Amino acid sequence: MGLAKRIIPCLDVDNGRVVKGVQFVDIRDAGDPVEVAKRYNEQGADEITFLDITASSDDRATTVHMVEAIASQVFIPLTVGGGIRTCDDIRRMLNAGADKVGINTAAVFNPEFVREAAQRFGSQCIVVAIDAKKVSAEGEADKWEIFTHGGRKPTGLDAVEWAKKMVEYGAGEILLTSMDRDGTKNGFDLGVTRAISEAVHVPVIASGGVGNLDHLVEGVTKGKADAVLAASIFHFGEYSIEEAKQRMTDAGIEMRL
Amino acid sequence: MSEIKKSTVAVIDYGMGNLHSVAKALEHVADENTKVVVTSDPKAIDQADRVLLPGVGAIRDCIGEMYNAGLVPSIRKAMAEKPFLAICVGIQSLMSHSEENGGVDCLNHFQGNALFFGEDHKDHNGSKLKVPHMGWNQVKQVINHPLWANIEDNARFYFVHSFYVVPENKGEVAGTCNYGLDFCVALARDNVFAVQFHPEKSHKDGLQLYKNFIQWDGKP
Repeated sequence: MGLAKRIIPCLDVDNGRVVKGVQFVDIRDAGDPVEVAKRYNEQGADEITFLDITASSDDRATTVHMVEAIASQVFIPLTVGGGIRTCDDIRRMLNAGADKVGINTAAVFNPEFVREAAQRFGSQCIVVAIDAKKVSAEGEADKWEIFTHGGRKPTGLDAVEWAKKMVEYGAGEILLTSMDRDGTKNGFDLGVTRAISEAVHVPVIASGGVGNLDHLVEGVTKGKADAVLAASIFHFGEYSIEEAKQRMTDAGIEMRL
Repeated sequence: MSEIKKSTVAVIDYGMGNLHSVAKALEHVADENTKVVVTSDPKAIDQADRVLLPGVGAIRDCIGEMYNAGLVPSIRKAMAEKPFLAICVGIQSLMSHSEENGGVDCLNHFQGNALFFGEDHKDHNGSKLKVPHMGWNQVKQVINHPLWANIEDNARFYFVHSFYVVPENKGEVAGTCNYGLDFCVALARDNVFAVQFHPEKSHKDGLQLYKNFIQWDGKP
């Protein structure tokens, strides 16, 4: 009896539709965000993450309306990320009904923004999203680096050190995506997940690469993640949230059923 | 046809952010005779039939904003006379003192303190536990109370917090949870009920608790 591990379906939203890219290209349509969020809520999702991947800022207003619509009908925690660059962006999303915001690129370019946001809104609603890629060669000690722009631009920042710094600056949670694995269905990068989860005292959400339910189990048992995030395995009906929770429970992981 | 007077639930807005989900969750379970108002007006709080005190962020700011907005007399008055529910930092604000932000005196409705889990928090096997305590945990109902109606014992609710309350009078504890230690997550005295978790984020059981609150006559 105790705290349950969480399953978080992720909605990547582009121009008002849920999409899923394979390594951010080859985008497939997966439906209306509000309907998709309601379905996951009914299936027992523990939280929902909404990532606005719209390239232009013109459609931010659409995003705000969608967040409002989801938050009015779905009574579980909602995290909104994508294009969060200022405290005004955060305020707008929180007022629309988001419980947490994900800060990604803006944290890399201006770490002080994370500190300011945590002081203003509280660490509990600041999730720092980290996109990491393995940069060590085979045989070398494991090393992961932070990348921006959908995994295209290296930053020179060590992923584990960066995660520790972000927590020190006030991040209340880390959303860790392996850019090597995202969209591949080969499973999480368990090495970086475990390295970061053991290095910080805040919860870590593993993301990137889930192709089957055993991957979710491993994320917790081997990656030591506090929550696991997946998109396409749920969007296209391969598995339901209930099935995922049952598999994790069978593996001895405490879940909310 | 005679007009039925609407019953009002006031959600106190003292500038600490997102009350959208609290209000939406209350509206979701309210019947047609119940009106939900989000307000920072002391008069509206005085006139409401029920009062909900939310809380988010750090305790010093919460208490500071309550005083700055001139809401403390209305909060105390409501706690003396009508159904009153405090959530999350709201429960901490009702204690005597919190050790957050270097130590802050609170409203002292419940005697006792809010303490930090600590960054070196461990479970009974000595494994590290993450702080904040974030996610779904089981709540043991240690008393019968109208606000627990139709909610199973050990149901899971959603938590996000790093501080927990330790009341001096154990008879006021209505619910407990375990995270490295057993701690109080619900307090009850007369017409006041307070919870550490977020009912508005706790799916069906959270909505049921709000429904119970809307129907509560304030008697334990």
